[in-house]
Amino acid sequence: MAELHLKSYRFRAEREADWRRLERLLTKVGKGSAKALSDEELLALPVLYRQALSSLSVARATSLDQGLVDYLESLSTRAYFLVYGTRSNFLERLGGFFGHAWPDAAKALWRETLASFLLTLVGVLAAYFLTLHDPDWFSAFVPGDLAGGRGPTASVEAMRATLYDQGEHKGLSVFAAFLFTHNSGVAIFAFALGFAFCLPTSMLMAYNGAMLGAFLAAFGMKGLAFEAGGWLAIHGVTEISAVILAGAAGLRIGWTLAFPGDLSRPAAMAQAGRQSATLMGGVVVMLFCAGILEGVGRQVIQNDFARYGIGLVTLVAWPAYLYLPRRRSVVG
Amino acid sequence: MKATRKKTKAATAVAIGDPTAGDDRQARSLVTPEGVDLKLRLGDAGERAAALLIDLLIMVAALIAFALLAGLAMIGSKGKGGEVIGTVAVLVFFVLRNLYFVLFELTPGAATPGKRAMGLRVAARNGGRLTADAIFARNAMREIELYLPLSFLAVQGDQVGAWISLAGLLWCAVFLLFPLFNRDRLRVGDLVAGTWVVKAPTRKLAPDLVETSRPAVERFRFTMAQLDAYGVKELHVLEDVLRRYETKTIALVAARIRLKIGWNAAPDESNGDFLAAYYAGLRGRLESRLLLGKRRKDKFDKS
Repeated sequence: MAELHLKSYRFRAEREADWRRLERLLTKVGKGSAKALSDEELLALPVLYRQALSSLSVARATSLDQGLVDYLESLSTRAYFLVYGTRSNFLERLGGFFGHAWPDAAKALWRETLASFLLTLVGVLAAYFLTLHDPDWFSAFVPGDLAGGRGPTASVEAMRATLYDQGEHKGLSVFAAFLFTHNSGVAIFAFALGFAFCLPTSMLMAYNGAMLGAFLAAFGMKGLAFEAGGWLAIHGVTEISAVILAGAAGLRIGWTLAFPGDLSRPAAMAQAGRQSATLMGGVVVMLFCAGILEGVGRQVIQNDFARYGIGLVTLVAWPAYLYLPRRRSVVG
Repeated sequence: MKATRKKTKAATAVAIGDPTAGDDRQARSLVTPEGVDLKLRLGDAGERAAALLIDLLIMVAALIAFALLAGLAMIGSKGKGGEVIGTVAVLVFFVLRNLYFVLFELTPGAATPGKRAMGLRVAARNGGRLTADAIFARNAMREIELYLPLSFLAVQGDQVGAWISLAGLLWCAVFLLFPLFNRDRLRVGDLVAGTWVVKAPTRKLAPDLVETSRPAVERFRFTMAQLDAYGVKELHVLEDVLRRYETKTIALVAARIRLKIGWNAAPDESNGDFLAAYYAGLRGRLESRLLLGKRRKDKFDKS
């Protein structure tokens, strides 16, 4: 009979067991993690993958069974993504991120970081002097709910009370968590907005600086500059640095969209996007630290000098970690 | 390892005898390091929208479930666990909003439950590894693509609110339609991250039609001339018809082929058996010609 002479039929019968085995491995990984495979199965995976690929080539050339070709295409594609896809485990990735990826990204984006810093500085200075000159400006820079009773019209005692939190330590972790998530949201937003050719991100940076400047001016006018500095320093160094870095990441995206350089626009965008995203990962980490410092540290530590001390440590530690040259690992 | 756009799509489609590839605008070639073209298909707009909808529903369901649990815990602890529950609530909301997509796309499947349900997955456009930073970048962009428009839509009320809503809707439309205005169906997030969303359907190995129909076909004998009536294209159509097995279509196609090859049906001859037998015969004939290097494209191909 005809089918006994069909090459494609014999071809399938000879290899089907291997395909099925690969399929089982793929399903296993799909259900659990890569750890679901034993050592033996891990070794077999690339071999089975290459067999499936060669079966696909042969089937495309010689088999007229479309169902078979479709199956092999799907099988090979799934195996390809597993063999060449992401496979390093979570801890390795974390190590790589803190070890070099994050500092590298920060270094690569130094120009944008500088621009982002200058925009913030301009905001701070403008708002500071405007508010000193005419206290009415305060309300223009700081929305009412954020001011929380602070401002040029409040009494010195009331202003002082907002800097120190006597005895009441309830709800600290909620507050810290809220601050962290809120600030992370703002940072991610600043990053994403960079896509619109830098403009919204630049405005956000300047505005963020302006709020800071207006606050400082309001406290300065009451002769509380030193105390306010301590209140700010303990968490502000970390938080403001994080926001500046987020702005830098956004600026890089927008700048690349406008001026892709030597690469094609999509390729340049992809490169810039990944680099900025790595930096954004670091920003989230910094904001987490800032949230704890602000929500817990600032409430517990009421001494100005201690607050300045912690601020100073963070002021040295973050740049040192990010920008000091380090020995390259040979693997990279 | 390079993914190049298929320029000679039509030519390749003919060479490999894939009847659908010629007019498939979603096909992209991905050449593995071993030199085999895997021919990926991009996820289409409808599937991706459906996947997003599923994911959003899951997120909302998770929020509701968490709120219920938190409420029960509050009652259980008589209000004493408030701080812990509050902290967890804030963090849960953050994780759902910002990390739901990231965490799922970091798994080996590179897909959220919604994408998985639609048979989609995220892949790097350059064919290389899908890195964590790319996944973060493509999902951070959701902030302006999804959450910002949603918050605009939530604004209601006075004149100013209405204008803001309108601006928000326009913004929403720009980002919503963005994937429709580029060849590769990229979201803004895909553009920034260097990723794309491709189909990764899990196909079952269908039984070989020649094998399943073997008992029925013994009694059919076709002549060479009868087997030469058709080519590869018709064989694939026939395969499709047999796999679906809709009685009406089977009868129709069987009548058509009998007429074409001049086959006189026996009184008790079943349409299905006739087609299965003809499929086996035709495939055998075409395959033996393939061995001689002759691929007969369709019935009009005289080679």
